[in-house]
Amino acid sequence: MIKDITIGQYFPGKSVVHRLDPRVKLGLTVLYIVMLFVASGFLGLGVGVIYLLLAFLLSGIPLKMMLKSVKPIVPIIIFTGILNLFFISSGEILFEWHFIKITTGGLRTMIFMASRIILLICGTALLTYTTSPITLTDAIERILSPLKIIHFPAHEIAMMMTIALRFIPTLIEETDKIMSAQKARGADLDTGNVFQRAKALVPILIPLFVSAFRRAEELALAMECRCYHGGDGRTRLKQLKTAPRDYIALAVTLLFLAAVIVLNIFVKI
Amino acid sequence: MNMEKFIEIKDVTFSYINDFDEPPTKNTVLKGVSLDISRGEFVAVLGHNGSGKSTLAKLLNAINLPETGDVFVDGMNTRDEEKLYDIRKTVGMVFQNPDNQIVATVVEEDVAFALENIGVEPSEIRRRVDEALKEVGMYSYREHAPHKLSGGQKQRVAIAGVLAMQPECIVMDEPTAMLDPIGRREIMETIKELNAQGVTIVLITHYMDEAAQAGRVVVMDDGKVIMDDEPKKVFSQAEKLRSVGLDVPGVTELTHLLIKEGIALPPDIISEDECVERLYEILKKD
Repeated sequence: MIKDITIGQYFPGKSVVHRLDPRVKLGLTVLYIVMLFVASGFLGLGVGVIYLLLAFLLSGIPLKMMLKSVKPIVPIIIFTGILNLFFISSGEILFEWHFIKITTGGLRTMIFMASRIILLICGTALLTYTTSPITLTDAIERILSPLKIIHFPAHEIAMMMTIALRFIPTLIEETDKIMSAQKARGADLDTGNVFQRAKALVPILIPLFVSAFRRAEELALAMECRCYHGGDGRTRLKQLKTAPRDYIALAVTLLFLAAVIVLNIFVKI
Repeated sequence: MNMEKFIEIKDVTFSYINDFDEPPTKNTVLKGVSLDISRGEFVAVLGHNGSGKSTLAKLLNAINLPETGDVFVDGMNTRDEEKLYDIRKTVGMVFQNPDNQIVATVVEEDVAFALENIGVEPSEIRRRVDEALKEVGMYSYREHAPHKLSGGQKQRVAIAGVLAMQPECIVMDEPTAMLDPIGRREIMETIKELNAQGVTIVLITHYMDEAAQAGRVVVMDDGKVIMDDEPKKVFSQAEKLRSVGLDVPGVTELTHLLIKEGIALPPDIISEDECVERLYEILKKD
């Protein structure tokens, strides 16, 4: 049932990748994305592939999870692929029929773009596979905290994300209950066309919203009772500390990025 | 027992104002309540719905401020905004629904929440979190996700979250109302354990058998305190309790029926064990 939904797609583990400081891990992901966009040829992307495979192997996440992460975006890849194939006309003409023209340039761009998107998704998926949502939130809060000077509510945003993550399972459970309750009263949720089904959701959504507001009110009260007063003067149970492995990871990543740039300059494939 | 006044409620009134009505209506929930609670006491507050018992609870840590009258916690007036966090550190509060008071997605992080708020050093947080979790018997679950725990376990985590602040008093607003019998027993055991360690407990409840385990029972009706005595003395006045919509514990009820039938039992029995013992004595004589 809907209870089985896992939030994020975190795989608990104790590998090197898991243990990297989440702030560094976020930074590495950004560098990896930069690497992919800097790469102008297949050789450059090849460096990205090596980097990705290395990271996956170190993380101990099964490689088939990599493929699984790509699955939801297959339609996007196909869509952009078709656009690239038909609308880029450079190089030799391979096939021509009325207004449809397929060229080597189009084919190349299609494959290049598709590989880039796949690499992008696999890399960012690895971040969520190896970092729990809560750690990620924590890292985001800390990365954004210097912006507090310009009154950017870093702590508040992180707090909201934490509470949202905390309440997703609770609300899913509640939705389940409300659905059963409404079914018991004869609500028909599974038949009819799209509009009828959407309409049938109203008696589920309204109680769900009402209860969410009630929960929010009680939670606010409980937080106040525990002396919550925003981010000022707050300390944390878990301190983030960078270890030598974080610097090594950073150095390796920069090396890969440099390799891509060098390939860009000297090799044109 | 140390009879020093720890919490002092002085002739307090409180109203909720409903702005949605035209003209705004005023619903007076507390109509002159005075109550003193000493350090280390275990007080149960009884009353049917709308008697003002939850409102009273929220006065004790400055969530509600009295309309007239004053509330003092360890000498601090709850109206004093500078002392707000000191008061909330002294009087912790546990609510009915454990789901709605757990903030974090990991048990130990939730227990640490209050300590993070008051700016305790990380190493000290670690120590107090472990201590609080051990005290409620949830230490082995410290890395679990709260939504996978049972109701009783979640409520114990919520208690640990309050306990970590090292409050001198914990106010519990119907902490067992949403739990199954096993969860209820777990919570009652935790409460008694804490009280034995010197924590003052104010237990708001509508379960008679829970109130019977307290050292003192306060009965509220229509915004006023109508009884305030030892459990035995309160529950022996079954008629008065019934007149305000409350029941007596099952055992007391049974005892009264047996007395009516001419069996020589004392009228103030409130625990099952005591009842069994007395009946056994009588049966042995026959």
